[in-house]
Amino acid sequence: MGRPPGEPGRVAYLYLLPAFVVYAVFLLYPIGRAVQISLYDWDGLTLGRWVGLDNYAAILSDERLRAGFGHALVLIVFYAVIPLAIGLTLAAILNHAQVRGLGFFRTVVFLPQVVAMVVVAVAWRRVYAPDGTLNALLGALGLDGLTRGWLGDHTFALPAVGVVGTWFESGLVTVLLLAGMSRVPAELYEAARLDGAGAVREFFAVTLPSVRGEIAVALTLTVIAALRTFDLVYVTTRGGPGESTSVPSFEVYHRAFGLGQVGSAAAIGVTLTVVIFAISFAINRLADKGTT
Amino acid sequence: MIMGRSPRGPRTSAVLAAGVLTLAATACAPGSSAPPAPSPAKTAASAVRTDAGALGDVTLTVWDQEVRGGQAAQMKQLNAAFEAKYPNIRLKRVSRSFDDLNTTLRLALSGNEPPDVVEANNGRSSMGQFVKAGQLLPLDAYADRYGWKTRYPDSVLRYSRYSADGKVFGDGNLYGLPQVGEVVGVFYNRAKLTKLGLEPPKTWADFQAALEKAKAGGEVPMQLGNLDKWPAIHVFGTVQGRHVPADQISTLAFGRKGASWTTPENVKAVEELVGWVDKGYFEQGFNGQGYDPAWQAFGKGKGVFLIAGTWLLADLDKALGKDLGFMLPPGAAAGAPPVTTGGTGLPFAITAKSPHPDAAAAYIDFITNADAMKVLTSTGNLPVADTAQQTVQAGPQQDVFTAFGAATKENGLVPYLDYATPTFADTLGAALQDLLAKKATPKEFLDTLEKDYKTFAESNG
Repeated sequence: MGRPPGEPGRVAYLYLLPAFVVYAVFLLYPIGRAVQISLYDWDGLTLGRWVGLDNYAAILSDERLRAGFGHALVLIVFYAVIPLAIGLTLAAILNHAQVRGLGFFRTVVFLPQVVAMVVVAVAWRRVYAPDGTLNALLGALGLDGLTRGWLGDHTFALPAVGVVGTWFESGLVTVLLLAGMSRVPAELYEAARLDGAGAVREFFAVTLPSVRGEIAVALTLTVIAALRTFDLVYVTTRGGPGESTSVPSFEVYHRAFGLGQVGSAAAIGVTLTVVIFAISFAINRLADKGTT
Repeated sequence: MIMGRSPRGPRTSAVLAAGVLTLAATACAPGSSAPPAPSPAKTAASAVRTDAGALGDVTLTVWDQEVRGGQAAQMKQLNAAFEAKYPNIRLKRVSRSFDDLNTTLRLALSGNEPPDVVEANNGRSSMGQFVKAGQLLPLDAYADRYGWKTRYPDSVLRYSRYSADGKVFGDGNLYGLPQVGEVVGVFYNRAKLTKLGLEPPKTWADFQAALEKAKAGGEVPMQLGNLDKWPAIHVFGTVQGRHVPADQISTLAFGRKGASWTTPENVKAVEELVGWVDKGYFEQGFNGQGYDPAWQAFGKGKGVFLIAGTWLLADLDKALGKDLGFMLPPGAAAGAPPVTTGGTGLPFAITAKSPHPDAAAAYIDFITNADAMKVLTSTGNLPVADTAQQTVQAGPQQDVFTAFGAATKENGLVPYLDYATPTFADTLGAALQDLLAKKATPKEFLDTLEKDYKTFAESNG
């Protein structure tokens, strides 16, 4: 293959070098080191003992960890799927309605993203408390039968944590989609209208395909957030009641700093990274397939 | 992080992957940069020096977690007094919150220049692992010279004892010395008891009758917030202490072979606790209530009893004043020897690599001697030794001092149950949430505990 004249060849790599060095030192090396540690039985203090893939085998056979990964998958529904549905609806309405003060709405919807997750978690912990806002609200509506200690209830703790995620991520998704929708040329809508499409038809025929890229970005971001949930669980339930809200990231922290099982913690971390990588890859593949 | 969409040839990826793998394979084993110190030899009592003033110029680095209120005050006062008494020793103090200290200490200790004196958590996953890694100095020689073993009750010192290989907890070398004590007991609201026509209960049967009467009187009999997983451990420990012999509890809680969770006595204790849930002695939704909101509610007059540790004394005293009372969990008969969960604050230990162990030991002695205990009392802490000799105002503080003094004098302290195995805090906390929510039967609950305990005790040898 001929190269355009004057185009520098290998020397281009030299320009990449500084960035690559930073990338290698702060990302590749730690990842490699984590992979390495995950192959040892190491308490973080004494000399590690090589155990090969034993830590990974233990992850597969550990019922509690498998449950943790299961909980993370449930959280994907709350962090990614529901916010996407909410975001699409809200953005479609906001985009069409030509509301006054759109900027204001955008800010309000986006606000949860600005607040640190720990603060969010502390606030929601109060909302969910037995004498908290949610139960007071239910009581005021005459629904006393439904009140409970939400975060301490084996059935409702995980959904309760998930709803916080929904609240947190919906704004981000909405703003992303809104940006995408505002780029759809008005002529497309006009053409759809002339062809006799209603609002719903128009949404599925014009809006949805146009924001495919934004959906992929939104899903990637929120799915990753769901899978690596740590602070929310750490502050609200610490994995309880029982083990009903345990998640892999919490387990990484717990094993590395609480139990001193650094090798096992690294193995969970690496596994989680692989899972996140695979899911994000799949999402982007699917989105790309649609556009080309 | 969003993945790059740029097409990357399979070759580049392969090179990257190979790079990462090579790195993983060639880098040296984790922990090899800080080879374990050879297990520090025991020094004879005659070989240590206690003349701190003659040790020459020394700088001691001290890591502590005394950051709150009265804790911070006593540390500041004692440090200043120490430096005034020994001008040749300079203190470099680093204080961090409990959680921060816990997460950073591990790294600091494995470095080549660790701090000289550190406050290390007693449990197996902290002090136990540090001992195993040869990072802490056995203090027995100093204990003999300074007379720590006579001033401190044995039931207190054992919380800082490990065998040299770190396997046996509660016995063996002494690795640290604590300043303060803690004991789990029953806080009560005196005004509410009077209103219900009750006296502070003298026996366990009286106590349960009082709970029943409080329930009938429309009060919350017992305040509990168990969202944080561990608070119910103290309630369970209290009930267990009424039914299971103290030596069995100690064996279980130190994770040693020779006891069992599935004994009839344990079953009885668990059934009694579940009975409290059935009878509505706790508020609805207690598994979803935080620990802090729960004791704060008790401080605001909601609840007749609260089973908790003496660490809540200062705050509850402020909230309830003379309405607050504290007692050790009553025994089967009035005047029965006390049995209750209790222990010490974090012990101060000396690192094996410290170049100034004599100065470090002099410092530890200084912050735990008889004068220091007075300073601890005056700053609102519960001194771990000489507790009965302190004079405090009548009221809840005196109740606490009397209770702790009685419990240590008669060796009535049993260890925190979560000391048992490195994973036991989690196992027990989660299992109790399941039990109290009726997601597990008493038998399933005890089987879960037995499995964790047996697995560890067998493998630990």
